[in-house]
Amino acid sequence: MDFTTQLLIAAISAGTPLLLATLGGILNERAGIIQLGAEGLMLMGAVTTCIVYIRSGNLLLALLATVAVTAVLGLLHSFLCVTLRANQTMSGLAMTLFGSGLSAYLGKPISGIPLPGTSPKLHLAWLENVPVIGPIFGNMDYLTWFSLLLVLALHLLIHRTSWGLHLRAVGDSPATADVMGIRVELIRYSYVIVGAALIGLAGADMVLAYAPTWNEGLTAGRGWIAVGLVIFARWNPLRALFCAYFFGALDSLGFRIQLLGSAVPPYFLKMIPYLVTILVLMYLGYRNRNKPSGTPEALGVPYIREQRF
Amino acid sequence: MSLENGRNTAAAVLEPIPAHSGKRSSLRLEYDASRIRSPWWTPIVSIILALLLCALFIAANGMNPVLVYEKMFRGAFGTTYGLTETMVKAIPLLLCGLGIAVAYRISIWNIGAEGQLTVGAMAATAVTIYFPNLSSFWSLSLMLLFGIAAGALWGLLTAIPRTHFGVNELITSLMLNYVALLALDYVVFGPWKDPKGFNFPGSPKFTAAQSLPVLGSTRLHIGLLFGLIAVMIYYLMIRFTKWGYELRLIGANPVAARYAGIHIKRHIIIVMLISGGLAGIAGMAEVSGVTHKLMQGISPGYGYTAIIVAWLAKLNPLGLIVTSILFGGLIVGGYSVQTIGLPSSISEMLQGSILFFLIAGDMIYRFRIRRSGVQLKGGR
Repeated sequence: MDFTTQLLIAAISAGTPLLLATLGGILNERAGIIQLGAEGLMLMGAVTTCIVYIRSGNLLLALLATVAVTAVLGLLHSFLCVTLRANQTMSGLAMTLFGSGLSAYLGKPISGIPLPGTSPKLHLAWLENVPVIGPIFGNMDYLTWFSLLLVLALHLLIHRTSWGLHLRAVGDSPATADVMGIRVELIRYSYVIVGAALIGLAGADMVLAYAPTWNEGLTAGRGWIAVGLVIFARWNPLRALFCAYFFGALDSLGFRIQLLGSAVPPYFLKMIPYLVTILVLMYLGYRNRNKPSGTPEALGVPYIREQRF
Repeated sequence: MSLENGRNTAAAVLEPIPAHSGKRSSLRLEYDASRIRSPWWTPIVSIILALLLCALFIAANGMNPVLVYEKMFRGAFGTTYGLTETMVKAIPLLLCGLGIAVAYRISIWNIGAEGQLTVGAMAATAVTIYFPNLSSFWSLSLMLLFGIAAGALWGLLTAIPRTHFGVNELITSLMLNYVALLALDYVVFGPWKDPKGFNFPGSPKFTAAQSLPVLGSTRLHIGLLFGLIAVMIYYLMIRFTKWGYELRLIGANPVAARYAGIHIKRHIIIVMLISGGLAGIAGMAEVSGVTHKLMQGISPGYGYTAIIVAWLAKLNPLGLIVTSILFGGLIVGGYSVQTIGLPSSISEMLQGSILFFLIAGDMIYRFRIRRSGVQLKGGR
């Protein structure tokens, strides 16, 4: 395998958790709720997967538990933001702080114990011998396939169905949606919960495909990069695919340069994804300074149906 | 606004009261947006509820939560040693929290205090490495100056993308935290590593001239004064200067402030310089007053804890002093439960849940329980 193919495989592997978290973030924000708790949710997802997988040995059970735990956290976030109309930024920060504390606490006993297995792979014998795409797609794990299907599904959902129309209406103008009889609160609740569960799966993917053991704070800011990726992707699942793989490539490129014996200290190579996040956001901000950014109009604004006093 | 069924509220409000409503009235929650200021006791209630919630997790782990909390409390406030250690931890929390509070005055979410503290500590260490033989006064003044400058620069790196490119400061400041921590790793493993340090990552130990004076035989250093002075200046500036007035105005209503001709971008930059500079002081005080050398993990998440400190204090200067001591105690208490085999992340868990209950509590206060049918009468 040549360097490019290897890099592509590594980019997909490192990009999948980012992709899942970004898709989760897109669902949240399309419904008008900011999700800054991605880092905490990913950590909670990762630690739940590790604990349940190590204790039970059953991967499916571990993933179900991950979805359940992070969905409950999503419920908490939506209760705070939708029902109580709390500050969404603060709720997200609380989620991140609580998630990193609780995951460190729960994960202490299993810290460093390797998982019983990694994410199972789907071998496609007929595809493996095809040049270029064969080595990449012939041997991907189920979670990666799931994320690819999810991109397509969410794209169709958001842009081609009436459910998606309702979702966009709620994110852009909840008051109008409300007048049209769309249940704003219900939609916001559902998408925040589903989005949180996807971000939790991103954490699960990180431990299953990337580093098959629990370490405190193992996401190392990838949840926050996903928050940035939601903006790069302009709340669009198809773009999210490319953005996530681009960052996956950056992530693994640093590692690979290190393997090639570069003179640049590894610390600087590890800075690349963070610095590129800032630079890309700055570039987008500069380019779109006179254009609408594609942000859901009501993002971060709690909806209060007009009341008569 | 009813909680159980949001859809019917408008209709319910418009419906005439049935004649028999007095008998059939039901209780419902109603949102009252005019209750902006939450009462002083919500932080206290949040802390109690957070303690109860975390007690569940501790009990699930097979420990007695009462004993654990007692251990934490004794560890943090029970002995002279514990108390001074708590104060030592409170210093960076106070300084960083103050910086966050200043930024939050105009709704700038600086979550980069961790990185700003780190670069402050690095800059102060740079002074000890490149100017090793200065007198105590010059050395410490230069370290303080460098610490402030580095922190302020790090704050500027967050402010400029925000003001000139419209980049959300949350993401930038957090990304810069990771960059700062990696830079710290680079210098302690690389160029600044102590040649006599048995290959342990860290800078050479500071000399007495490069260390902040301490109180008696304790570890409590003069950085406490920096914190208290900064709080006093913050209070006076916000309360009595034109600048403080403008900050309060932007905080209350940014649109009106812009129409009033207040230069919001300039305020964002100034506020982030101050915010970063204060965290930089905290970093300088930490290396010069406590660890006496630069090493990995000089901050056990002070920058993040300070967010809660500032929020819990509701940006009030006196409140900041109280909450930073409280959270200093929480960190020290977290360490002290390690002796009975519990992870110190208990304190992080507590911090996160306190924040949850606090933001929920502030909002729940805005809801009123009312009997339906009563609300129709118009003006309250």
